[in-house]
Amino acid sequence: MNENLFTSFITPVILGLPLVTLIVLFPSLLFPTSNRLVSNRFVTLQQWMLQLVSKQMMSIHNSKGQTWALMLMSLILFIGSTNLLGLLPHSFTPTTQLSMNLGMAIPLWAGAVITGFRNKTKASLAHFLPQGTPTPLIPMLVIIETISLFIQPMALAVRLTANITAGHLLIHLIGGATLALMSISTTTALITFTILILLTILEFAVAMIQAYVFTLLVSLYLHDNT
Amino acid sequence: MNQPLQRSVGGEPVCSQGLRPLCSAERETLGVRECTCISDESDGLLEFCDVPLKEKKLLEVKLGELPSWILMRDFTPSGIAGAFQRGYYRYYNKYVNVKKGSIAGLSMVLAAYVFLNYCRSYKELKHERLRKYH
Repeated sequence: MNENLFTSFITPVILGLPLVTLIVLFPSLLFPTSNRLVSNRFVTLQQWMLQLVSKQMMSIHNSKGQTWALMLMSLILFIGSTNLLGLLPHSFTPTTQLSMNLGMAIPLWAGAVITGFRNKTKASLAHFLPQGTPTPLIPMLVIIETISLFIQPMALAVRLTANITAGHLLIHLIGGATLALMSISTTTALITFTILILLTILEFAVAMIQAYVFTLLVSLYLHDNT
Repeated sequence: MNQPLQRSVGGEPVCSQGLRPLCSAERETLGVRECTCISDESDGLLEFCDVPLKEKKLLEVKLGELPSWILMRDFTPSGIAGAFQRGYYRYYNKYVNVKKGSIAGLSMVLAAYVFLNYCRSYKELKHERLRKYH
């Protein structure tokens, strides 16, 4: 049982070739482009959703921050679609791998912070000391603020990994428990099955929320720095 | 002498008296068949008696010719990429890029994805069967 639980998180490799590349590229197939004014229902739906999300997310930025619109929108689409595809049976979710999430979080955070340091150096450095701190506390507070700055990319990556991995693990465990309880006591199995249904609904929500949170935080870091 | 084309109820192209429809091969125009009406008299000039093996579709190839047909296919990287592109557009134009697309277009893709992942992880999954001896 112990080995079975974590086999779904192993990076898929077929005959030594990385199958994971194909799995990471698969969500791009589900977002077709169209040059027409009135396209088919699928593309229209996606365009409507994208417009809704981009308006909501990019409205707080100034013109410099809005140059990041493409990046942030592709980010939320990618993480959202990858998380949702991972809820299909037997599928592999790339966002459960910490390596991938670090690869997304660190460059984006670093880009935002370095933009801030290059363009608004004084204001970026001023972030290290909140307003109105008593003088004796200043050295300690600068250290704490520095640590809190450097923890941001780690927190971004680990938050996404932990949420998705924990959700998948819970589904595996409770599903296995339901199956095992079926022969022992049907009532308990039914209760466990109800819990499984509720958990699956939660996982759908978590998949989308985590994508939103990731992108929102990156956009917040950007807002601070532009 | 191209006349405007009418489509019958079943979607098949029909032409007026004395004309017949001529459609492009689906594979070359990426899944969309383009048809025009041409004059009936040019029958003999346009039909080949013998279509060369290379251009035959799979269902028209006789069983004895199958190995040579497979070997004649274009296996270069650009050929394979072209095959994937044609296949993608064939599916897209048939099920998604239509006036009233339904959920079936997306569901079939997701079902195929689930099936492929099942095949990939069969080796680990076969230990979870309800058997006395694994």
